Amino acid sequence: MTPGSKDTTDVVTGILLILTAAFFGWQTASLNIGTAFRMGPGYFPMILSVLLAIFGLVILLKALKTPAGEPMSAIAWRGMLFILPAPVFFGLTVRGLGFVPSIFCTALIAAMASARMKPLPALILAVLVTVFSTLVFSYALGLPFRRFGPWLPF
Amino acid sequence: MNLLSNLTLGFSVATSLENMFFCLIGVLLGTLIGVLPGIGATATIAMLLPITFQLEPVSSLIMLAGIYYGAQYGGSTTAILINMPGESSSAVTALDGYQMARNGKAGVALATAALGSFFAGTVATFLVAIFAPPLTTVALKFGPAEYFSLMVLGLVMSVALAHGSVIKALAMVVLGLLLGLVGNDIFEGTPRFTLGITAFSDGLNFVALAVGVFGIAEILRNLEDEHDRQVLTKHVGRLWPTRDEFRAMAAPVLRGTGLGSVLGILPGGGAILASFASYTMEKKLSKTPGDFGKGAIAGVAGPESANNAGAQTSFIPLLTLGIPANPVMALMIGAMIIQGIVPGPNVASEQPALFWGIIASMWIGNLMLVVLNLPLIGLWVKLLKVPYYVLFPIIMAMCSIGVYSVRSQAWDLFAVAFFGLLGYLMSKLRCEPAPLLLGFVLGPLLEENLRRAMIMSRGDATTFVSRPISLTLLLLAVAVLVVVLLPSVRKSRDEVFTESEG
Repeated sequence: MTPGSKDTTDVVTGILLILTAAFFGWQTASLNIGTAFRMGPGYFPMILSVLLAIFGLVILLKALKTPAGEPMSAIAWRGMLFILPAPVFFGLTVRGLGFVPSIFCTALIAAMASARMKPLPALILAVLVTVFSTLVFSYALGLPFRRFGPWLPF
Repeated sequence: MNLLSNLTLGFSVATSLENMFFCLIGVLLGTLIGVLPGIGATATIAMLLPITFQLEPVSSLIMLAGIYYGAQYGGSTTAILINMPGESSSAVTALDGYQMARNGKAGVALATAALGSFFAGTVATFLVAIFAPPLTTVALKFGPAEYFSLMVLGLVMSVALAHGSVIKALAMVVLGLLLGLVGNDIFEGTPRFTLGITAFSDGLNFVALAVGVFGIAEILRNLEDEHDRQVLTKHVGRLWPTRDEFRAMAAPVLRGTGLGSVLGILPGGGAILASFASYTMEKKLSKTPGDFGKGAIAGVAGPESANNAGAQTSFIPLLTLGIPANPVMALMIGAMIIQGIVPGPNVASEQPALFWGIIASMWIGNLMLVVLNLPLIGLWVKLLKVPYYVLFPIIMAMCSIGVYSVRSQAWDLFAVAFFGLLGYLMSKLRCEPAPLLLGFVLGPLLEENLRRAMIMSRGDATTFVSRPISLTLLLLAVAVLVVVLLPSVRKSRDEVFTESEG
């Protein structure tokens, strides 16, 4: 083991956990702690925040002493860029645009996450998904979605 | 006989045309998604969960049970055909199943898995029927202190069975517990950790968390490096095992069933442990241990039976105590709560039709798997060839609709994206999602019982150690924790997990 070597993954894990614990701890500060007999809303979260901070610290300290582990694999940047916004877009537009256009765009956004997807197949796929889910969820299962919302002129 | 009349009631519920239909759909959908490589049973169930919410409680849980068995079976299919297990429990199947497939015996391996699972499922269904009712009477005697200690034990067990670092798993449990507390305080109604978002005052949506941490994280992981999947097995070959093969699998199936049934009851993920234990046992007992890893039929038959038996008996703690034994059971609890059923000892007495209907449907689900899936194997093999980039936009659309349909809340969809990011980050940092999910489900229950117990004991914390059942459970939890932290055990535990990944 060379001096100064460390397991970067675990260093990051430890720091993130401590920050998370700090966030929960800070939020707990405004809550009533109460007593052990009559615990307030803050009692249990406070214990948990402290525990989380301790675990984070232990992971961090251990990581500083261990040599670097296996390197992190590639990060799916493109995947994150398109996959994560897909449900967000659906949430933002399902009321306004209505179910049909909203799900069409959601599927289209998600389809762009793969470098292998060509524009035309993506479009066809999105149409198929829209038709299928409109038939199943809106007509067959009768979910209370507006098919076309108030943002559209018709 | 009481058992018989109860089972009759159960079967009359489960065999109604409607419920059979939903069970069938569940099994088919479960297999369909479960077959997709890299998507394990938990992720499959998380994605399909919302579909069941539109149904009646009984039908919905029956369909969910079908999805569960289907997902597991689908996972084994992928493990055998392309050596890509979605979850650690089918990782064991991949060891010898894939080798059998390479030897041209893919059909036999798949049939062995299906038949072994069916046998184990049948036995375990009866075990659930026999043991669940007496256990509910025990469970009714449980006070808040006992519940608290039992949940602590369950959480510790889930840590023990997680991959990798014990301390990281502990941190994930605590993080899960904290996330579970988001929302209004149950005793005083004070909002906690909601950041002023009223949509979260009833707590974070369980489906959003499960879909994000398991489903979306899984998709992102698969998008990291897109390469063509190799379906080596173009010809599945003959399905039905020969007389000799039947003889070779009989004993492992029996042993696996026994082992799985016992281990499945343990809180914290018995089914996974069961398949590992069964594989090790078969290897030790075998006259030709050298065959293992090269396509030994016992190496498929034993673990698959153990896995399924364990999966079945893990319903016992769920149905009697309302305590999930593994992430899948945690999903089941979430589903029950959304349906307005409070899981626990009262379900058996208050809703016998539901209780026995679920038990009977387990068996029917298993039967459907064998009857349907053996002839449909060809179809599943074709499905393996559908490129991934076609599948995941469909999955994303279904997830979005599903999560939104639970309570028509746009914030839940934002939560899906957030938890997807969290789940992906966790996988990058090598933190396991299973303890987090278990913590999330148990968080509110744990706090409620802790506070109740403390009120009942007038603030005296010794209540947890002065009550014998509670003390025993806590001592067990401590023992488990000590054992996993012992250096020697840690080493062999690491070896087991490494072997499964190899």
